[in-house]
Parts: sequence; C-alpha cells; structure tokens
Amino acid sequence: MTGAIATRAAEVPDIVIDVQGLTKSFGGRPVVKNLSMQVHRGLIYGFLGPNGSGKTTTLRMLCGLLTPGSGHGTCLGYDILTQSAEIKRHVGYMTQRFSLYADLSVRENLEFVARVYNLDDPHAAADSAIRRLGLENRASQLAGELSGGWKQRLALGACILPGPELLLLDEPTAGVDPKARRDFWDEIHTLAHQGMTVLVSTHYMDEAERCHEIAYIAYGELLAQGTVDEVIAHAHLATYIVTGPDLAELAERLKAMDGVDMVAPFGTALHVSGRDRARLDAATKDLREQGPQVWSPGEATLEDVFIDLMSRTKDNFA
Amino acid sequence: MSAGAGTDRSAVDRRTRGFRAALTRIYAAFIKELLQLRRDRITFATMIFIPLTQLLLFGYAINTDPKHLPTAVLIQDESSFSRSFVAAMQVSEYFDIRTRATSEEDLDHLILSGRVQFGVQIPAHFGRDLIRGERPAILVVADASDPVAAGGAVAALQGLTTIVFSRDLIGPVASRAPQELPFELRIHRRYNPAGETRLNIVPGLMGTILTLTMLIFTALSVTREVERGTMESLLSMPIRPVEIMLGKIAPYLVVGGLQAGLILGAAKLLFGVPVVGSLGLLVVLTLLFILANLSVGYTFSTIAKSQLQAMQMSFFFFLPNILLSGFMFPFRGMPDWAQAVGEILPLTHYLRIVRGIMLKGATFVDLQVDVLALGLFTLAAMGLAVARFRQTLD
Ligand SMILES: Nc1ncnc2c1ncn2[C@@H]1O[C@H](COP(=O)(O)OP(=O)(O)OP(=O)(O)O)[C@@H](O)[C@H]1O
Ligand SMILES: [Mg+2]
Repeated sequence: MTGAIATRAAEVPDIVIDVQGLTKSFGGRPVVKNLSMQVHRGLIYGFLGPNGSGKTTTLRMLCGLLTPGSGHGTCLGYDILTQSAEIKRHVGYMTQRFSLYADLSVRENLEFVARVYNLDDPHAAADSAIRRLGLENRASQLAGELSGGWKQRLALGACILPGPELLLLDEPTAGVDPKARRDFWDEIHTLAHQGMTVLVSTHYMDEAERCHEIAYIAYGELLAQGTVDEVIAHAHLATYIVTGPDLAELAERLKAMDGVDMVAPFGTALHVSGRDRARLDAATKDLREQGPQVWSPGEATLEDVFIDLMSRTKDNFA
Repeated sequence: MSAGAGTDRSAVDRRTRGFRAALTRIYAAFIKELLQLRRDRITFATMIFIPLTQLLLFGYAINTDPKHLPTAVLIQDESSFSRSFVAAMQVSEYFDIRTRATSEEDLDHLILSGRVQFGVQIPAHFGRDLIRGERPAILVVADASDPVAAGGAVAALQGLTTIVFSRDLIGPVASRAPQELPFELRIHRRYNPAGETRLNIVPGLMGTILTLTMLIFTALSVTREVERGTMESLLSMPIRPVEIMLGKIAPYLVVGGLQAGLILGAAKLLFGVPVVGSLGLLVVLTLLFILANLSVGYTFSTIAKSQLQAMQMSFFFFLPNILLSGFMFPFRGMPDWAQAVGEILPLTHYLRIVRGIMLKGATFVDLQVDVLALGLFTLAAMGLAVARFRQTLD
C-alpha cells in the first residue's frame, strides 16, 4: 500500500485540502459559514471548537458526505463538488460516533473494508491491521462488545487499512485513556511522517498542542488558524497568573470588572486575561498591590485563547 | 501495433477490471449482510418460523369448503329410502349427523340455537310417494348465515340425491330414475375435483408468506444502517448504490429460496398438494418472485426515514397484495379498477404462476406474460431504489 501512496504522491498537490467559502445550512440555519482552509501535505491539522460549532459538518463536506450549500474547493486535487467518488477512494474518514458494524467481529469488519476498497488480499490486510492494532486476542470478538477505547482503535485501524492519503478523524480520542491516547497520537505522527495528511478534530488542549497547525471554529466561523504559537500570539491576550488564598472569591470579583475578559482557574492558580493590557493593568492595579494573592505576569495558554475567542463570538451573536 | 488498438485494448482492460472490482464490492456487502443475518438469532428464527406457522395456521384454518358440519335429521318415514339417504349423507363427509329430531319444532330449535348447521326432514310416506311417482320433497334447512360454509354441503347434498335414488330405484321403479328428480346439481370443479380449498390455498399462501417476509427483510436493511449510524461509514467508502443494493438483496434471495423450499415441502407432506408441472420452472420463477419483493422492500428502505416507516410502507403494500391479487377473492370477480390495480402487483402474477405450475401443469409458454410482468416490475423497483438511494447525509 505504501507503494500506491508513493506513486500518487507525485500527482497530489502539496496542498491537500484547499477549500474556499464553504457554507452549509440545515433547515435555513447556517452551521458552517464561509469557511476557507488550506492544509499542507504531511501535516497534522487540529480542528477545534465548542460543541455544535460545525466541525463534523465541515469534515463531512470535505469527504463528500454532505454537499456544501455554497463554496468550492479541492481535496487531494479532486473537486469536492463533483469528484466525491475519487475522494472516497483516497480519504479515510473516522466518524465521531462508532460506525463500524457492531454485530461483526473485528476481523470481519476489517475484511469488509478491505474488500470494499478492492485490496488484493483482504484476509492478509485484515491480519496485518489486527497485528498493528494489537488486537490479536480480540480478532474474533464482536466489534460492539469492545470497550470504548478499543472501538476507537479499531475504527482508526479500519480507516488506515486501505492506505489513504488523507485521514479525517472526528474526535478520535474521546473517552480514551491517557496511555491509549498517547499511543494513538504516536501512531498518527508516524503516519504523518510517512506522508499522510491528518485533519483531526478534538476538544483536548494537549492534543491541539501536538498538532502542527490548528484551526479554531465557533458558531460555524473559522476564527483562528496557524501554529499553536501563532494562534496564541495573534490573540494578543495579556495574562496574569494569580496564586494564594480565596481564589474563588477573587474570581467572582474579577469577572465583573471592566478590562478583564477572561478568568479561569488552573489547578491552584487563576488565569486572568484581558485583550487590552493597559485596561487590564488599570483594572487590577489595586488588587495586585494589596494582595493577599500573588500576581505574576504569565503567558496565555491555548485554552485561554479559545475561551476568549468563544466568548467574543458569543458577544457578536448576542 | 497502432495507437488506436492500444487504447481500445486498455479501455477494455479497464472495463473488465472495473467490473471485477464492482463484483468484489458486491461480494463484500453480501458476506457482511450474511454474517449479520446469521448473528441475528431472532430474524433467523423468524425466517423459519413465520412461513411454517403461517402455512399451518392458514392451511388448516382457512377452508372455504368445510366438512363434518353438525346436522340433525327428522325422519318421519321409516323406509329403505330414508335409511340409505341418511347413510349416504354420513358417507359424504359433509354432514356429521349428531341428533335425530323428534318433531318439526325440535328441528327448528336445533337450527335456531346454532347446535346444528343443517336440518334434514324426510316426510311421512316419502318412500311410498316416491314409488307412486308423486315426487315427494325432502326438506333441507341450512343455516345460511355463513353462506360459504353451507354452500359446499348443499351442493353435495343435491348431488347425493341423484346417486342414492338411482341405486334404490331399481326394477319396477327404475323409470323414476334421477333425470326426473327435482334437483340435480353436478359438482364439477376442474383441477380440484373434491373441491378441496387447500389445493388452491396452499400455493397462494406460499406467495403471500414470501411477499410478507421478503418485503420486511429488505425494507429494514437500509434504514437499519441509517439508524445504527453505520451508514455514515458505508457512504464514506467507495461502494456504489447499485453494489450496496445487490449485496444486500443477494443473501435474502438465498433465504427466500430456502423458505420457499420449506413451504413446498410442507405443502406436499402435510397437505398433499402436488406439483403437476415442472419443479425446476417453479423454483426459477419463485426466485424471480422473491427478487421482485426484495426489490420493493429495498426501495421502501431507501425512501423511509426510519425502520418504523419502512414497516408501515411494507404493510401498506402488503394489504392490496392480499386483497386484490386473487388470493382472497376470485380475481375475475373483482371490479375492473381492482383488477387493474391487481395486475401491477407481483403476487397476482405469481399466483397465476404457482397455481398454474402446481395444479395445472402449466409450462413457461403458458406463463410468459406473467413472467415478463414480474421481470419488469423487479427492474422498475430496482431502478427506483438506485435513483432514490441517498448518497449523502444531507
Ligand atoms: N443532519 C443535520 N440536520 C440538522 N442539523 C444538523 C445536522 N447535522 C448537524 N446539525 C447541526 O449543525 C450544527 C453543527 O453540528 P456539528 O455536528 O458539525 O458540530 P460539531 O462541531 O461536530 O460538534 P461536537 O463537538 O459536539 O461534535 C449543530 O447545531 C447541529 O445541531
Ligand atoms: Mg462533531
């Protein structure tokens, strides 16, 4: 299969996903608005955003499962509006909800996928996938009886089986334990290293930081994209990290203040951020000088940035 | 080699390769469906259980020519004629003579109370009047509130009189032979001389049972994938709607064939229904009929939004099949519009085929119009299903 990828690699443009102005409405309600994005080959591209922001809808449009209301673009060089048959052949899509056959065994599911993609030897393909996934002991277990984490693994295995050039993963690690999550990401990185492009949606910040690039979408609009550092820098968020007693009380007071845009507890500390450093400084001057808490200047985290982005768009919508 | 020939050949190569690839994908769907079917114990049991119970239930229960009907006799003439008449009634199997009424009032009461369905009164001096040529009457009172039940027996009784009296009226009274008797009705039912409804009903049952089970199997197949969420994966894979359809229908063709075999076997063993014509032809055309119903079910499945809707559509289609196909009521007896509707339904054509082959020994040539109708119906349903199949989640 790697051979197949290699031969096609020459034809595949360096930009694997290139879409402009994608819009999708359900029953007159727009859920993805004017979305444009470019993803380069071999990158792991994280797709973040609150629930209902349109991540799944976007992924479905990219692989031909939904027809965009307007907009155009290409996926692996194929037109997303007219060449979805070709796209399906070269894209592996892992759905958010487990969508393999619960009443087929692990092996039967994998063989089914192998046959549908016309692999030469479905049995051998399933075998090697089972070995790679470490599912040897569970090969004949029904997929529906696997634990949540193993289901996710099987689903990823089934996606990778036909050797796609682009993986679209929709929250692949939801409900997966930390160790399995790390293995999962190691595997994704290995695949990317071999030239596969991965677009992965997630709600986990640590996973976002493992991506080469990220995009943040809220209420159907793409609000930020770039590397993690770029996204953080672009947000221009001034941040203090506060430690000491009575943080909960302090947080309540801060939230009401003008110039303070975001207050979030992180463990034993409180992150206090503002979009305008001067206003933030002015607003918190007394508190910083009086204590009893200790205020130190800090860096905004990705999560600070996302929460701020989300509250900003919510303000726009209100 | 010219460039033209080269491209021709590679085009042909590509097409054969494409065809093989398509077959592999159909095979993938076929195997998948078969495995799921095997895991689904309830469905699997239903496939065996439904046809057998229905056959037994309806084969025995629906009998439009019932026998052993409770009967009372009032004999007011102790002659040999009376005795042989009563004996003949008993032998006919239609009448189960339960009581001897003591008076006309008693007889009336027995019928009115529903304890017997027939009352037969042989009046006084019956034998004497008969010999004298005075054409005495035997009074038969039938409870005709269930006319279908009574019909066969009355007919049998009328036939009986001719036989009985032609035997007793010998010698000097031979001139009073049957042709002069007031009623003589010959029961003449072609292909089913005994008037046994089972012979007619059992092949029809085969058609209705297959219609119901086949419809439901495929009606659920696409909606089930949608409801379980597996459709999202399936649609993201490079398999075409036609391939999904064929892969999903094929296993049920096998199942339907087994079911038909089961019904045929039971029909022969339990009801003694013969196959007068070619068994091979019957099998092939039964498979065609099964395919027609699977296609309809599959079409419903592509239109319905849920399994419940698919079930409702199946029953909506099933009812006219039962009522207008000639299964329930004689086809030629229906009004023109009903016959026109009936002609569209697969069961109508299959009933002609199955009754034709099993009871009359019909051949392919006799049945070609019905075969053509079934074939066209199947193609139309499949075409509609492929056109209706939603390839996106919009
Ligand atoms: N088939 C559909 N019909 C109608 N509305 C839909 C449909 N699919 C999605 N939506 C709506 O579109 C919006 C975006 O949904 P989407 O599934 O893309 O969000 P998401 O970002 O994937 O959310 P989550 O993080 O919860 O998975 C939601 O409000 C959802 O209700
Ligand atoms: Mg989602």
